[in-house]
Amino acid sequence: MNAPLLKLDGVHTRIGAYHILHGVDLEVAQGGVTVLLGRNGAGKTTTLRTIMGLWRASAGRVLLQGEDLGALDTPEIARRGLAYVPENMGIFSDLTVAENMLLAARGARGAGDIERARLDWIFGLFPHLKQFWQHPAGLLSGGQKQMLAVARAIVEPRTLLLVDEPSKGLAPAIILNMIAAFRELKRTETTILLVEQNFNFARQLGDQVAVMDGGRIVHTGAMAELAGDEALQQRLLGLSLASHQ
Amino acid sequence: MTAATPTAQAAAAPASGALPTVRQDRLPLLLLPALALVALPLTGSFATWVTLTFAGLAMGMIIFIMASGLTLVFGLMDVLNFGHGVFITLGAFLAVSVLGRMAGWSESDRLLLNLGAVLPAMLVAMAVTGAVGLAFERLVIRPAYGQPLKQIMITMGGMIVGEEIIKGIWGPQAIPLPLPAAFRGSLLMGEAAVEKYRLIAVALGLVVFGVLYWVLARTKVGLLIRAGVQDREMVESLGYRISRLFVGVFAAGSALAGLGGVMWGLYQQTVTPQIGSGVNVLLFTVIIIGGLGSVGGCFTGAMLVGLVANYTGFLAPKVALFSNILLMVIILSWRPQGLYPVVKR
Repeated sequence: MNAPLLKLDGVHTRIGAYHILHGVDLEVAQGGVTVLLGRNGAGKTTTLRTIMGLWRASAGRVLLQGEDLGALDTPEIARRGLAYVPENMGIFSDLTVAENMLLAARGARGAGDIERARLDWIFGLFPHLKQFWQHPAGLLSGGQKQMLAVARAIVEPRTLLLVDEPSKGLAPAIILNMIAAFRELKRTETTILLVEQNFNFARQLGDQVAVMDGGRIVHTGAMAELAGDEALQQRLLGLSLASHQ
Repeated sequence: MTAATPTAQAAAAPASGALPTVRQDRLPLLLLPALALVALPLTGSFATWVTLTFAGLAMGMIIFIMASGLTLVFGLMDVLNFGHGVFITLGAFLAVSVLGRMAGWSESDRLLLNLGAVLPAMLVAMAVTGAVGLAFERLVIRPAYGQPLKQIMITMGGMIVGEEIIKGIWGPQAIPLPLPAAFRGSLLMGEAAVEKYRLIAVALGLVVFGVLYWVLARTKVGLLIRAGVQDREMVESLGYRISRLFVGVFAAGSALAGLGGVMWGLYQQTVTPQIGSGVNVLLFTVIIIGGLGSVGGCFTGAMLVGLVANYTGFLAPKVALFSNILLMVIILSWRPQGLYPVVKR
């Protein structure tokens, strides 16, 4: 079996007086979608933020292709090829769509320097971004902002995408658009660690799944296995797929 | 491994010209001509109105130069630097020293020689205050990141210490800073007399605003500053080290305060060790009116403050004593976040 692209080894994270992650062990395989599921407060977002170095692990190791990210700060981690789409989308609302994209293209000095073919590909995934290219991002709808957040993460090829609840608060039609976009990303063998609470969304994209509870990983396996086992869903997530459709 | 570059699926490049335009918020800017128009009949004479308007604009430009760094520093790092005034004082005293050594050129009637004295004074003031700003950031600001109360105390303390050092170098007394000979006097525009120095201040202020606008709107560094003002964490997540950006902005802001100090000293024609602390409240008023962190707001706020101070100074001198605070109350009643609020996360 190939070595995982990302490995969390006994990661603990404390935020002030709170001990959020209690020894998270997680592996993200290269070239697929690993979904991190769990109830509110399980530690999913904290896990992503710890990987990005936004919160420091108090114990344990975060390894990217074998390199320990613990000694690196967030900008250095990003420069290792990690792209982060936070739960609040992190859109710069006073900047235009083009400027938001330009910021993510680190090597580009102007929007014209962004690789043309890749930009066209992104416009194919999210046509609204082309339509509102010169508009302030703050004027976009919630769904369009989420599209921009994902587009920004993929404006250049990245080693790993960390995406936090991309379906949150989106209309069904936008969710379908988002699923199609992530499928296209899968086709290009982009590696994605996806945090989700919407199991129906997650099962359509995930290859592997890890379930968190109380700051620990309580289950790992193939998504197909969890999707096909209602009893397991009930036990791990307190839901069944049938009730979620 | 990184993801392969995908195949193109979309159509041609976005035609920005075909897109509907976005309505800009010009209402705060319209306050400036509106205020001037309201003042026109009240002043009773067109010539007086022209004189007052130029005086207000000149004062506003100098205030803008002094305050622009303050608002950027707050916007980028949430640091309220109550020690900002010390850079103004330092700039003004450096002008005293440089112009004192070049008195022959400064007192000459030839404009070129005057400029040959004033420009080095400005450059020296900017270079020294920028360098001192770097040290101030490292020694005073950095230990207090994220601790607003400590920031207020330590930056005010920094200003007191800075003032005492300045007193130690230049003495505690007021020092005259006469305008270079060619900058003195007025130009007649019809019946209106406009002081030459105020015209120069307006021109220089516009140049500084233009350069700042160009950097912020047209360069990647400016883009990073504007993004950092909104969401530092996301800028770092995109791979940019915001602390370095902040140090650069702090040094540039200090240098602008030094330049403003030169201009303010020449405007007052007397320099005291309290010249910076005396103007500090005015600067905070301006950046609050403009919207903390907004350079455009700072510019508009400074112009409003300058015009209001001059119009009320002529029409109702007693009101002029609190006109800036009154203006701030009115503006904040209308827009509680200031004229151009910065969306922060």
